[in-house]
Parts: sequence; C-alpha cells; structure tokens
Amino acid sequence: MSKTTGKLLVEPLVDHNPITLQVLGICSALAVTTSLKVSLVMAIAVTCVTGLSSMFISMIRSQIPGSIRIIVQMVIIASLVILVDQVLKAYAYEISKTLSVFVGLIITNCIVMGRAEAFAMKNPPIASLLDGIGNGLGYGLLLVLVGFIRELFGAGTLFGFTVLPAVNNGGWYVPNGLLLLPPSAFFLIGIIIWINRTWKPKQVEEREYTIQRVEAH
Amino acid sequence: MSEHDMNTDNGREVEKKGPLRRFLDLPPDSLPKTIFVAVTLCLVASTFVSFASVSLRPAQEANKLRDKQKNILEVAGLYEPGVDIQERFSAFEPHVLEVASGQFTEQFDARTFDDRAAAADPETSRELVEDPASINRQSLYKTVYLLRDEDGALDKVILPIHGYGLWSTLYGFIALEEDGSSIYGLQFYEHGETPGLGAEVDNPRWKALWRDKRVFDEDGELAITVAKTAPPAGADYHVDAIAGATLTSVGVDKLVRFWMDEQGYGPFLERLRTGEAL
Repeated sequence: MSKTTGKLLVEPLVDHNPITLQVLGICSALAVTTSLKVSLVMAIAVTCVTGLSSMFISMIRSQIPGSIRIIVQMVIIASLVILVDQVLKAYAYEISKTLSVFVGLIITNCIVMGRAEAFAMKNPPIASLLDGIGNGLGYGLLLVLVGFIRELFGAGTLFGFTVLPAVNNGGWYVPNGLLLLPPSAFFLIGIIIWINRTWKPKQVEEREYTIQRVEAH
Repeated sequence: MSEHDMNTDNGREVEKKGPLRRFLDLPPDSLPKTIFVAVTLCLVASTFVSFASVSLRPAQEANKLRDKQKNILEVAGLYEPGVDIQERFSAFEPHVLEVASGQFTEQFDARTFDDRAAAADPETSRELVEDPASINRQSLYKTVYLLRDEDGALDKVILPIHGYGLWSTLYGFIALEEDGSSIYGLQFYEHGETPGLGAEVDNPRWKALWRDKRVFDEDGELAITVAKTAPPAGADYHVDAIAGATLTSVGVDKLVRFWMDEQGYGPFLERLRTGEAL
C-alpha cells in the first residue's frame, strides 16, 4: 500500500474525522450509542455502506449525468442500505430490532452522501473505496467511544456483561440514567470535539467575524 | 468504462464503433444518456435488492418464528437468556380457537395455523363494522397457547392480540391467569412505533405495570384501561399511559379492550371464568 492510499484510510480517523472535524452524522450518533454492541454493529454497517457506495459511484462516475447525479448516488446508497438491513434481519435479528429505523436512516447520513459527492465523483474506485471505509471507520471510532462511555456509566455493563455492579442488582454502582438518554451523547461528543481540538489546534475553524474595537472618545 | 474510452469521442474513431459503443460515448448530460443511466441503474439496483430479499427470506422467517416463540415464553415469565427456546416452547399447548363461540376447533393444525394469513382470507375472516382497534379484517380463528402446571391444571393462557398504534400495527401477546381475568403480562413482538416514545411499549418497567391487573370487574364487565389517570373502577383496572406517546397508548388501550371484549376473546374468557371444561 503506497503512502497516499494508506493516508486515505487513516486520515479520517482523527485528523479528518467526519464527526469531530466536519460535524456530520450527529443524529444517528445520538440515537444508537446507548450500548456498545449496537454502536459496533452500526459502525460496521455504515463503513460497509460508505465504502461500497463510494466505490460503485466512482466506477460509473464518468457516465453519471450531472443533472441527476444526486439521485444516482441516492439509488446506489439506498440499495446498499436495504441490502445491509436485509442481511442484519437474517443474521442478527435481535440487533436489527434494536437498531430499527436507524439502519434505514443510514441513507440520510450526511457522511455517505458527503463522501460520494466530495470524493468518489472525482477519484478512481480503489481510492474511493478506501476513502469511504476510512470515513466509515472514523464515524465508527467515535460511535464506539461514545457507546463505551454511555454503556459503562449508564448501565454499568460492557457488551451486556456487568463491569460495575449496579445498585438495583445488589452492587454498589448507581447508574447515571442521563447517559442512556440521547442528550448525553451531545455532551459527550461536544467534550470529545473540545479535547480533540485542544490537542490539534489546526482543526479549530476560523471565526467568521472579528469583534471590532471601538475607541472611547 | 475507463477514462481513455471517454476521450476518444472524435469523428474518425466513432465510425469504427458499434451503435452501443457510440451510445456509451455520448456526453453524460445528453437526454438519451440521462434516461439510459437512470433506467439501467434502477434495473440493476432493483435486481440486487430483490435478489437479497428473496434469498434471505427463509432465514428472516426463521428468526421471526423464533422471536415469536421467545416472546410467548417471555410473556409467560418462562424466558431467561440462554435457555433452549424450542424446548421450553414445547411446554405450551397450542389450540386453534373459534373466536365467536370461544371453543377450540380441530379444523386446523394448531402448530402450523397462521392467524395473519387467515385474517386476509375471506373464508376464514370477517370484515369488522365496529373496529376500535383498526384492524379491518378479523380472523375467525386464533391460535392460543395454554400452559399447565405439573398436575395438569390450567395455569396460564396466552392470547395473541393486535391493533393499530400511531404508525403501525402492534402485534403481541397477553398472558392471563387461569381465572381468565388476572393479567400476568403483556408484550408486543412486532411494531413500528417511534423509538424512545411509542416504542417504550417494550420497556420492561412499563410492561411490569400490567402484572396482576384485572381485565374484568366483579360483575364481569370489561374494566381494564390504559390511561393517564386511574378510572373510577380503581387502580386494579388501570395501566398508566406512556409519557410522550399518547396515541400509541390510546392504540394499546383500544386493542386490549377490543380483544378482551365480545368481538374478541370475550366468549372464551367467559367460559374460562365459569370454569367450563378446559
């Protein structure tokens, strides 16, 4: 693997993370991160969809008419999402029930469309595939991180196994119920973005305005 | 199609090419090309999707059946993680019930009888005039499950129920004690209500509210309700509605009352209460 292709895969993990840098795909990140297992399955599903959709779109990119390109991208993405949904229903029924509508909503995940439009339309298939997988993994990394914190402190378990024995099961840990509700993911993602941008100040966006100083007379 | 092919779109080369090639070399934005790309893509995509849907259906159906059996175990309080679902499920005695008379019928094989298919078949269903649960057609026959204790006496009956909530039809089971009035549990195994709001019908804490409630009052009148406030009949006949899911709660209220009433299992429960042979 050459240096540039490797970069396509690794850069979206931290330096160009779709959630922390581009702040895309937040809504599903709030909804599916209540437990680690669900986060992980969602991460895999999104990675498959972004990778494959970018690859297919890139393969036919010279044939896609500009006037219907968004629809063409949507058809490819939607078909892949249905495929993922069907496979989950056949082989991971319990999880597909928990994910319910959110698998279908991968279609509207801004990351998938964003990579199709920004990268796959202009780059060859293999590079697009890697870029898609990289961005899916970047999204997944954050999902798993948030899912880890929420399940551990919200329920005292990881992958369903007890880590911190909860009070209502005779243990000592009082679970923080807030972490099981969607708003907690807002706080967590906010904090992660803050830490990330303190660590890498280059990611901080420039101000769109400057405060004018007015001299006192 | 590679970049190279696209760039050879000049006069001399075109003459050597067949009609298909010439067509593919049209600029992507021309009208025929736009229509061609749209139609081809739709055909290819729909082929893939239909193929996946057809080839994965058997596995999905098996999962659904397992899930239904698991839900019957859960509603009867027999499910723990890791148990052999099929083995435990064999403890239940399935019967096909003729809804109107409240008697079991031997017309169908209870193990393979499909209530939902029966509800769609004019031979085995009827159109509802009074339809509070919004189910349109009701099957004349339903599969019910009996659970007996070690001495062979009836312990619980598990009755399938369904009705419309806010977005979807909720399918579930209600488990009643042998007196035909005390509720042991209620559980939905299939619905499409809003996650976090209506889908809270799956919340164990809400489901636990149903335990030990009573369907009928002392005079045998239907009394159970799902509502924000307790009815005059008292807390024994009241399940608190779900906060933020008014319409789903109303749907559950209507469907439970429908199935417990005359048009539903009323006649069967009447026989159960009077202790007629079971």
